[in-house]
This record gives sequence, C-alpha cells and structure tokens, in this order.
Amino acid sequence: MRVFTKLTLTELKLNAREPVTAFFTLFFPTILVVILGSIPAFREPSDDLGGIRVIDVYVGISVLLTLAMLGLQVVPMALATYREKGILRRLGTTPVRPVLLLAAQLAAALITAVLSVALALAAGRILFDVPLPAQFAGFVLAFLLAALGVFAIGLFIAALVPTGKAGNSVGTLLFFPLMFFAGLWTPREVMPDVLQRISDFTPLGAGERAVHEAMTGHWPSALSATVLVGYLVVFGLAAARLFRWS
Amino acid sequence: MPVIEVNHLRKQYGDTVAVRDVSFAVERGEIFGILGPNGAGKTTTVECVAGLRTPDGGTISVLGREARDPELRRLVGVQLQESQLPEKLSVQEALELYRTFYPDPADWRALARELGLTEKLGTRYGKLSGGQKQRLSIALALIGNPKIAILDELTTGLDPQARRDTWALIESIRDTGVTIVLVTHFMEEAERLCDRIAVIDRGQVVALDTPAGLVAGIAVEQTIRFRPSQPFDDALLTKLTEVREVRHHGSQLEVVGTGNLLHAVTSVLATHQIIANDLRIEQASLDDAFVRLTGRDGTE
Repeated sequence: MRVFTKLTLTELKLNAREPVTAFFTLFFPTILVVILGSIPAFREPSDDLGGIRVIDVYVGISVLLTLAMLGLQVVPMALATYREKGILRRLGTTPVRPVLLLAAQLAAALITAVLSVALALAAGRILFDVPLPAQFAGFVLAFLLAALGVFAIGLFIAALVPTGKAGNSVGTLLFFPLMFFAGLWTPREVMPDVLQRISDFTPLGAGERAVHEAMTGHWPSALSATVLVGYLVVFGLAAARLFRWS
Repeated sequence: MPVIEVNHLRKQYGDTVAVRDVSFAVERGEIFGILGPNGAGKTTTVECVAGLRTPDGGTISVLGREARDPELRRLVGVQLQESQLPEKLSVQEALELYRTFYPDPADWRALARELGLTEKLGTRYGKLSGGQKQRLSIALALIGNPKIAILDELTTGLDPQARRDTWALIESIRDTGVTIVLVTHFMEEAERLCDRIAVIDRGQVVALDTPAGLVAGIAVEQTIRFRPSQPFDDALLTKLTEVREVRHHGSQLEVVGTGNLLHAVTSVLATHQIIANDLRIEQASLDDAFVRLTGRDGTE
C-alpha cells in the first residue's frame, strides 16, 4: 500500500509537470461550463430539454469530457510510453509488479477526474445556479461506472499501440466520435431518436445518460449501467490478455 | 558455492534460437563478464538469469533459488539496456521512489554521492547527460542493497572519461562484497574489470576463463616492427628459432615469431651494431582472442 501510494503520488506529480495536459484535464471542462453559461440563451429553460436549461445539461457533459480526455488520451499515452521506454521492464526487475504502476496511473487519473469534476460542478452551481446532482450517490455511481468503462478502453488502446505517440493518436481519433455521442456538440437529449439509441450504447453516451439521470434526481438506468459495465468487462479483459510489458 | 549456476540454458523466440546451450557458474564476490558480438545471446541470457524471461530449456539457480522466484527480485539488482525513466522525474524522486520498493534499501544520499549524482539530485531525468542517466540507472540497480548486480552494456554510449569513471565505480561496488555480472561487447572493459569472462557466440559459450587465460589460450604470435639503421640480410633473423617470418614494408621491418622473440632479435641486431628505430611490439590482446574464438571483429 505504501508503494502504491508513492507511485500514485509520483504519477500525479508527473502529470502536473505536463502543463498543457494538466490544464486541459483539470480546467478545460470548467472553462467550457463558464463559456456556455455566459450565453444568455443557454440560461433559459428549454422546451426541447423538458424545461431544464442547456447549461444544466452541459455540466453533466463536462464530466464525460474530463473522463474522455483522461481515459482516451492521457492514460494510453502514459502507459504506452512507459512500455516504450522500458520503464515497465525495469519495474519488473524490482520486487514491485509492473501492474501496480498501471493501477497507480489509473488512480492518478481518477483523482484528477474527481478534482476536475468538482471544479465544474462548483462553477456551474456558483455562477449559473446549476443544481448539484439531486441524486448524489447515483451521481457518484454514474461517475465511477463511466470512469471505469472509459479507462478500460484506454487500457485496451495502451495494450495495442506500440508507442506513446500512437496511443495518443488512437485516443484522439476515438475522442471526437465518442464525445459527439456524449453530446459535446449537440446535447444527447435533443438528438434524433436514432442517434440517441446509438448513443445509449457508446461508452460516453451511456455515461452522459447515467450522469444526466443522476443530475436530475434518478439512479442511473439499468441500460446505461449495463452498457458501462459491459465496456469495463470486455475491454478490461481484452487489455489484461493483450497487454505487453516490454 | 557459486551464487549463479546456469546449466544448458536454451531460449528461442519463434524460430530464432537466441540461446542454444549456455552453461556457467558465477562465484561470490567476483566480476563475471559475459562478452560476445551483438546478437550473440548475451542479453537474453542475463534476462533469463534476472527472471525476466522463462527459459525454454536448462536450469538457472540464483542464490540457491530458481531464477523466477519473486524473492530474488529484492536480492538481485538489474540495470537493463535501454531502460529509461519518465522525462520529468528528478534524480532524487527516482531514488526515493525506488527505495520504497525494497524492504532494506541503501541510503540513497550515500549512493548518490558515490555515483557523483549529488549535484544532480534536483535535475529531471530528461535533462541528464548519457553518463548521468547511466549512473542513475546503476544507482537504481543498487538501491535495494542487492547481493548480485547484473549490469547490461553499462558503458555503451559513454565518452571515454565517463567510461573510466564507471569502471572505477564498478570496482568499488565489488569491493563492498556485491557479485557483479557484466554484459559487454567492449574488450577493454572486459579486460580491465572482469575476474572471469564467458565468451558467448551464436548462443553458445565458446570460452570461459580469466582475461589473461583467454589470451594465453590462443597462443598467438608476437610481432615486432622497427626501422633498422642500416640494411642487413634477412637470414640473420630468419635463422633464429623464435622467428617465423620477416616482412618488409618500405623501410620498416616486421618480424613475426614466438617465445622470447624480442630478446632474440635485439641480441642479433646488437651484435651487428644495427639500431632498431621506432621499435614496437604487438602482443595478443583480448581482442585477438575474441576474433579467434568467434571469427568476428569485436568492434563490429
């Protein structure tokens, strides 16, 4: 446990030393909330959204944005780089199993996500009166399920790509379509039915739905929870099978 | 009792046999060299000894345990070829992190001092020179207070001064009682540092001896070169039993032979009042032994 804590703290420190990455993962979702909240129309109740405001929806979407940046871009790049540079191999010569570094990297990503999401929620609440999640335990559950599902995909990418650069490229390629289904450009809630159906089965779409449900006072639906657990199991197992340490 | 015993080690990747049949034993407290051309199977051999790879055949015993025994990870320090650290991790952070991995770690400050890294404690890995990275890598291999240190190609890419500093360091580590296995393809390094050397070629041990023993084993001839102060008949020299051949290269004479060649030749020259200018003697080196054993040039 002492080693795991030390490794996790080191990962956090190293992440903080990448200014661009640190800025985007920690502050970009909050900045998005602030920018969208500054548009007067987005602060008016919308009939298309069943009476809530656009900004209310985007606070939830910003949660998925955080997880997507961390899970699809930061984690695969970091882990593939660790393999590429022989850092995992070196760890294999010590009493510490290299898998602990993977766990520490995920823990660091999760901690970063918690901070980033807390900032976005606070900004929404303080600046634009966006209510905090009405079903808070449900929100935590939705957040964790979405994080695990997305991080599993990140591990899977890290397992497949040969280099850190390639990890980042693959993650970025996936980022845009998956964020589309999470509603970054058009909220999922106003998408045509067909797109909404498809979105329900994508990791970030299912995550957004679960988060939105919790924001509006419900537990995550069985469908979104099942989809997210499905991503965790399928990609998690595939990553475990395929991951190369050197 | 040897601290490492390798018996008939065999390892292949797909159809490629990396190690065909390697056996050797390393005694406590020695610097044991594994020398061979690139692709000879040196790294695969030590990776098997370090427990990083599972052999396809043969046995490896390290400190009386099977090589993959997890217990060995804290008793054996390994410095791997081309193994880096995160760019933005500082020297001190790396040392402090790696020391938490071991139950009875060395004092990292003392280690940093011995390795000349004290000035660089706050420097990030990405900003270190090649020699400093290599020294940090050695420090990490030693931070767990290992009984055995396996060092793979530790001076590759270092400038001559850094290489000599590293050699002195390795000797001082051995003096603290650590057994060292050194993988190298530098003759000079092996000759200077190693108590014994296993020469590996094409996945097999082709010789195992002290550096001097390896050189003596091939019994190569010596060559003397000089410019005589006046011309003379080759027969003066060729009639000597020590001399096998006399060759002319312009004004330079090259005498090849065995035994006490130098004394025999200079005696004859002195009798005839011939002065040997620019006299040079070439004796067999580990390089020659290596070429003879592997049929390849060691510097390749």
